[in-house]
Amino acid sequence: MKDTEIKKLLFAHIFCVVSIILSTVVPSFFLENFSVLGTHLTWLCICSACVTTVNIFLYIIVKPNPSSKRSSFAHKISRFLKCCIYFFMSCIVFHGIIVLYGAPLIESVLETFLFAVLLSTFTTLNCLCMLGPNIQAWIRVFSKNGAMSIWDNSLQITTMCSIVGAWLGAFPIPLDWDRPWQVWPISCSLGVTFGYVAGLIIAPLWIYWNRKQLTYKSR
Amino acid sequence: GALHRLAASRPRHARLYRFRADPPTTTMQRIKGLTTGSLPTFVDVGSNFASYAIREDNLLAQLVRNGRRVVFMGDDTWDGLFPKMFSRSYFFPSFNVKDLHTVDDGILQHLYTTVDGGDWDLLIAHFLGVDHCGHKHGPDHPEMAKKLTQMNEMISSLVDHLENDTLLLVAGDHGMTDTGDHGGDSEKEVNAALFVYSKTPLFRAGPPEEPETVPQVNLVPTLALLLGVPIPYSSIGEVMADLFEGDGDAVTASLSQLAAYHVNAKQVDRFLDSYALAAQDLPGDRLKQLKELFTAAAEEHAQLLAQVQEGLVASPELEAQLGRLRGHFQHYLREARAVCTASWARFHPFRMVAGCALIAASCLLCYIASELANALDFYHHCFYSLFGGLLAAALLGWARVDLDPILVVSWVAAASQLGFFWHWWSQRPRRIHLASVRPPVASMGLWQRLRAWLGPALPLGILALRCGAMFSDSFVIAESQVVPFLLASLAMLWVGKLHWDGQLSTPSDAPKQPPGSLSCHKESWPLLGLLAALLVCLRLSSLFHQCRDEVPHCQPSPCLAPLSSLRSPQAKNLCYLLCVASLVGLVYAVRRWLRHYGNLNSTSPLVLFVRWGFPLTAFCIACYWAVTSGTEDTLGKLQELVQAALVTFPRAVYGLVAAGLLLVLWKPVTVFAQDSRAAAGPIVTPFQGAPSSEADLLHVISQIYRRMQESLNSRLEGGSRWAAVAAYGLGSVYSAALVITLTLLGFFLLLLHSERMSLSFLLLFLEAFILLRLHVSAMSLAGEAEPFVVPWNAVIAWVLATAQFFYSTGHQPIFPAIHWNAAFVGFHEDHATHLVPALLVAANTFASHILFAVGCPLLLLWPFLCETPGSRRKRLKKDPQDEEQEPLMEMRLREAPERFSAVLLQLGLKYLFVLGMQLLACVCTAMILRRHLMVWKVFAPKFLFEALGFVVSYVCLLLGISLVLRVDCAISAWYRQLEPR
Repeated sequence: MKDTEIKKLLFAHIFCVVSIILSTVVPSFFLENFSVLGTHLTWLCICSACVTTVNIFLYIIVKPNPSSKRSSFAHKISRFLKCCIYFFMSCIVFHGIIVLYGAPLIESVLETFLFAVLLSTFTTLNCLCMLGPNIQAWIRVFSKNGAMSIWDNSLQITTMCSIVGAWLGAFPIPLDWDRPWQVWPISCSLGVTFGYVAGLIIAPLWIYWNRKQLTYKSR
Repeated sequence: GALHRLAASRPRHARLYRFRADPPTTTMQRIKGLTTGSLPTFVDVGSNFASYAIREDNLLAQLVRNGRRVVFMGDDTWDGLFPKMFSRSYFFPSFNVKDLHTVDDGILQHLYTTVDGGDWDLLIAHFLGVDHCGHKHGPDHPEMAKKLTQMNEMISSLVDHLENDTLLLVAGDHGMTDTGDHGGDSEKEVNAALFVYSKTPLFRAGPPEEPETVPQVNLVPTLALLLGVPIPYSSIGEVMADLFEGDGDAVTASLSQLAAYHVNAKQVDRFLDSYALAAQDLPGDRLKQLKELFTAAAEEHAQLLAQVQEGLVASPELEAQLGRLRGHFQHYLREARAVCTASWARFHPFRMVAGCALIAASCLLCYIASELANALDFYHHCFYSLFGGLLAAALLGWARVDLDPILVVSWVAAASQLGFFWHWWSQRPRRIHLASVRPPVASMGLWQRLRAWLGPALPLGILALRCGAMFSDSFVIAESQVVPFLLASLAMLWVGKLHWDGQLSTPSDAPKQPPGSLSCHKESWPLLGLLAALLVCLRLSSLFHQCRDEVPHCQPSPCLAPLSSLRSPQAKNLCYLLCVASLVGLVYAVRRWLRHYGNLNSTSPLVLFVRWGFPLTAFCIACYWAVTSGTEDTLGKLQELVQAALVTFPRAVYGLVAAGLLLVLWKPVTVFAQDSRAAAGPIVTPFQGAPSSEADLLHVISQIYRRMQESLNSRLEGGSRWAAVAAYGLGSVYSAALVITLTLLGFFLLLLHSERMSLSFLLLFLEAFILLRLHVSAMSLAGEAEPFVVPWNAVIAWVLATAQFFYSTGHQPIFPAIHWNAAFVGFHEDHATHLVPALLVAANTFASHILFAVGCPLLLLWPFLCETPGSRRKRLKKDPQDEEQEPLMEMRLREAPERFSAVLLQLGLKYLFVLGMQLLACVCTAMILRRHLMVWKVFAPKFLFEALGFVVSYVCLLLGISLVLRVDCAISAWYRQLEPR
């Protein structure tokens, strides 16, 4: 049972990684002058959109936390709308936090906001897919003994890796190397992407490694 | 290349020398050396810090004064060093090390036309490509070959453009190491080449086999005399005799050389004389020796000249005499230079390493001692080693008075530290034994122990990042943004870890609910609010930053300028009102706080001072601001009045602050005690026993000191009456004294800054308050069983806030950014001594260090202060008998006096450890990167500021702790006073 779940997780994650790689490679065939550094904003949009679709798609196929209740269509719609509102709010909150951390307030607002969107895609969107618009569950999952399935564990790992990646991405900005990727927010968005990819790869491995220790309370 | 070809083919026209630079071999220091002829050290004594311009006498200034035209092209460092000296100049930006071609191409564009144009007396072309190429690629790179080829071509074509009476000098100002860096004193860095060429023959004989070595300072007197201007005052160079030979016969040549030597020696002698008068760092006996050398040579010269004029001496004899005399002068000049070099520019690698080791050992000591603070007996032994060290120092000092005091002090420090470590090591087995007795430690698995260790590891990791950031010049330059970033990260981690450990949310008690649902802790929302407020404070504080000149598009905060510089009167009024409002807000907040804890009820002089003196001080500051911001458009008659007011108001503030501080020291107890034994009632519970209607209204939390009550009760049990004393504000007596002191210091420091900085100070107090609250709620949420121990999180956040507000009060660790005008607040004319202005400027610069260090004990006191009735109620449920127990607050500390002093010491040691680690990082940076391109511009000033800040923090920390101890003594006296009644 557990092994099959881990396999499922691994395949889902590999799918996500491939989608990110494709989002950097494929557009250059269709768009002229496309490059991750040169037309960074475009890439940010494409990458967010790509990861969003892949995640929703995976969620529909895999259904990690199947809800026992049968729900009506109206319920599903309201749930979806709630998810959208949550996602938007998380973008705003991330934007605020990034600005409080020292990003410019007025100039390059668009860059900052798109970076916040990317960050939300990698963190909030996963939470929304896995846990639904349920803050209580989020609070539970992100505490020491809160994980109830390997999906929760992988959620913890990917989210933390993404945020740490974004945080580390800020470090090269003050250096005087004059590289194109040192411009705000490129290093941070690259950092968050690498962090997310690392999290995607680490999570199944870590869970596989610790599968003996991981015991979950039944829900 | 071209140089060798010329030197070989035309030996009488060209010659190649080995050109030796004096360390430090950085570009700016070398330019100074090449123009003033002295040995520029990093802080040029007597120069003006506010600008980099050379104020010393120098070659260019002499030329300009004598009506010569100097043309410059190349490195724009010269622009800052010699503003408005050049008759024509072509500056090109030199800051970007990656850019190999801008400067060189720019020069080449103008060089030949300017040379051919001929309207110049001295033309300086400073090429930078080779230097930059060395920094970027190193000396053995193909790019370097290209660059050198370009230079070679430039020289060979320049030679063709020269006039007959033109002297071409090609010189490198320094060499480079194998990695292409420079700045230090290694053989490869100080060696460069000097090439001399002219179309008219210069030399009488061909070049020697081995090229002669010429010190760099020699260029200045040589050029000065060749161009016919006085040698710059502080030059210690020796003329290059070869260039004064001329065309005539041997005797004429020798005579002209001798004349040059004489002028040169006279100038050096005059400089040494006046230098020895001004500073004492040249050894006296050597100076005397030099003086004798000079007098002898000068006398001989005079005699010889007289003989020559009378035509007494035969030619060969004369020549020999001349040669001998030249030798004397040469000897004198070289000796003089040797003396100066020995005392001015030296690296002491051994001393550097020893100093680093000493600081590292001190940090380790602080850490160990803070971990051991609970083992009380330990300290008694430690003091022996300290006293032993001091005793040894006194003995040494007495026995050998002439020893270098720095050496003595460092040896003593090392000795006493060794004593401490030895003692610690010898005690170790016993402690391990003690530790293993305790079961939980022994049974903990590796994983759990790792977890336990992870707690302090996170904040210490942030500290390590901060220290690591000192090793990069970019990070030092951007430190004003790095520190808030790290502080924000630390706060986030702090709260995040609390959440991760599940302390923010409590599992709901009701078993019926599904186990998944959790309810948030009641206190977690205020905690998140505090976090958000902290982040906002951090962001707002960046509005007050000063700029460094390394950051290209930086605008200094408008708040740094005085209000009088504002043009529009409306904006001025608005800003003024805002400043006064922030001042009033500060006073109001402090009074409100004191009132809340009941420290404003007594009639002691200190409380009266807080009630009336604080508003008065604020009023004085506001008046001073009003006067300063409007001085320009006052009428003539009022001028004197304004001048008087400019002096009076600040002095009044100084006086009030001093009076307040003295009052705090004299009677720090702000407790209002009411003896209710006369009343016939039972034990007075606090709210019944309110002293007056006013206190009733003000919702006073009264405190009863339980132990005292018990003792009184037991003593009076035989009597017929119950008795108790209601004491108002006893629970916060320590913090009240500290807060009052901090406010007073805040007033003083506020006055030294420009008006609009008061907003930044308000932010400072607000952020300190938020940090304290965050610390308290984190502690109460984490359920620390031991409120006596201040966690690393709080201490490191406190230190980071210190650094943050160093920048946010408009400072930068560079000399041009020092606010010199702080020295003239309240003093209109020049100062009689240097002490007062130095103190004022230091207080201005290290304002945040002072405030945060004095306020450091608050980290210990605040958790006791916020012991809320809520937590008491919980206890009440369990133990209904404990009903009349009041929160003891800070009196809990008095219940265990030994613990109290121990934890105070522990807190101080932790604070010192964090500061010391930062200092250590700075020192290591300055040591390891002493060859770095940026060492004199970035690292060395940073090190100086950090070291001074450390000293200021240390002294202020001691003051803060001693203030707490003073309050403790006063409280003891207060109790003794109560008891007999």
